[in-house]
Amino acid sequence: MRKAFRTASGEVREVLRDFSTSLAVGKIHALVGPSGYGKTTALRIVIGLDRDFEGMVTLPLGTKIGMVFQEPRLLPWRSVLDNLRLAAPRASEANLVRIATDLGIAGHLRYFPGELSLGLARRVALARAFAVDPNFLVLDEPFVSLDAALAMRLGDELVALVEHTEVTTLLVTHDIDEAIRLADHIMLLGGRPAKIVADFDIAFPRAAMTANYAAKIKAQIGAVIAEAVA
Amino acid sequence: MLLRILSLLLLIAIWQAASMLAASRLLPEPLAVVDVMLREARSGALFFNLGTTLARVAISFALAMFFGTLFGILMGRSVTLDRLGDPWLVVLLNLPALVIIVLAYIWIGLTDTAAILAVALNKLPNATVTIREGARSLDAGLEEMATVFAMPWQTRLRHVLLPQLAPYVAAATRSGLSIVWKIVLVVELLGRSNGVGFEIGTAFQVFDVALLLAYALPFVGIMLAIESFLVQPFEQHVSRWRIKTA
Ligand SMILES: Nc1ncnc2c1ncn2[C@@H]1O[C@H](COP(=O)(O)OP(=O)(O)OP(=O)(O)O)[C@@H](O)[C@H]1O
Ligand SMILES: [Mg+2]
Repeated sequence: MRKAFRTASGEVREVLRDFSTSLAVGKIHALVGPSGYGKTTALRIVIGLDRDFEGMVTLPLGTKIGMVFQEPRLLPWRSVLDNLRLAAPRASEANLVRIATDLGIAGHLRYFPGELSLGLARRVALARAFAVDPNFLVLDEPFVSLDAALAMRLGDELVALVEHTEVTTLLVTHDIDEAIRLADHIMLLGGRPAKIVADFDIAFPRAAMTANYAAKIKAQIGAVIAEAVA
Repeated sequence: MLLRILSLLLLIAIWQAASMLAASRLLPEPLAVVDVMLREARSGALFFNLGTTLARVAISFALAMFFGTLFGILMGRSVTLDRLGDPWLVVLLNLPALVIIVLAYIWIGLTDTAAILAVALNKLPNATVTIREGARSLDAGLEEMATVFAMPWQTRLRHVLLPQLAPYVAAATRSGLSIVWKIVLVVELLGRSNGVGFEIGTAFQVFDVALLLAYALPFVGIMLAIESFLVQPFEQHVSRWRIKTA
């Protein structure tokens, strides 16, 4: 597909061209690329928020999207718990509390979003996406601005959820190590206008991964990036 | 609070002194006004007229707020509707209240419908403009969030849209109420045979200032009470999440 923006100054800026991929069900797909290359743009097109593009997106019938935006986007006038409830009216109270506990925000359910740190707010946004019991989970850099240990822990929570519910996941990140650690499939975004310049299927993802294998993938990715820069 | 009460007492004292100096029925003493008030209250006329006027205030205010909110949201969201509606708004905003009132009475007749419509029409453009301002500043990110999470329209209305509009609704309520309760008296004076405005008109014809004040003061008191015990708490309630974050 192709996507061009008409900027405020009137010029047309092409952001994506020949962008094409397919996502296997039940896997974690990481979209990796530098800042400003069109990762968020691609996500918005995939989940149907942006319909002004050329090409097509096919989602299976009955797709239920759980989304973590790049900013938390919580309703500031509702408590954390109400934010979860409103997004996931069908989730049971016990379920919401369990998700909140897993993500370490159980103590903040009565707070208003304005009373949370950015890291806590990000976790609420994550909890909200988990709570709707999605079959398509879309995350736009969900772990930035968290300290490394917490990012690691939340990554593990994400993995646990995906392995438990087999939800198809599209994870945008600019952190290659994070992508290698979490994903089954890595897509590298590059070029201007951007497209997917390389694709890696991880044969031994996550728990099955050895340090050796991770290093090998990383070297491959590094080679592609070096080539793109050259 | 104490200072406010003192200042109010001072006002009454000045009134008392002035009326003693003037010694004229055109400036009656406070107690004389209270006397008339009690007389009208005992006959039931005071409550009947106050009630009638308040009902007119309530209905026309509700009409104006409802349609003002509706038009304001529509015009704030759609450029086309905004272009279409804007000239109408400008005309309505600049039409003197008196013109609207007289036209309503001429075209519809000297009825309550005409009276209420005239008041509502006077308030409508203000409400629309205020709410439109709110609708223009809606958070697109939250709307996208609501779309992605497939929130039903009731949820979006109650939890996404209205909380963002609430400060504007509160502002429109506050300014609207003060417009409505002033205009409603003129409307009654011109074309109704009951209500506070009508009684004030009667008092004016015979220069009965005591009667005039006996109706005007309780009415003002009630409107102020509504303002401070209903409107202001409502404003605080809708912005409580903001206060907490401060
Ligand atoms: N509404 C818009 N109008 C014009 N240009 C836009 C618009 N939105 C995004 N762009 C441009 O599209 C490009 C891609 O933006 P996008 O937000 O998708 O980047 P990103 O890869 O998500 O970056 P980051 O990692 O910083 O979030 C940028 O060059 C940006 O300037
Ligand atoms: Mg982005």
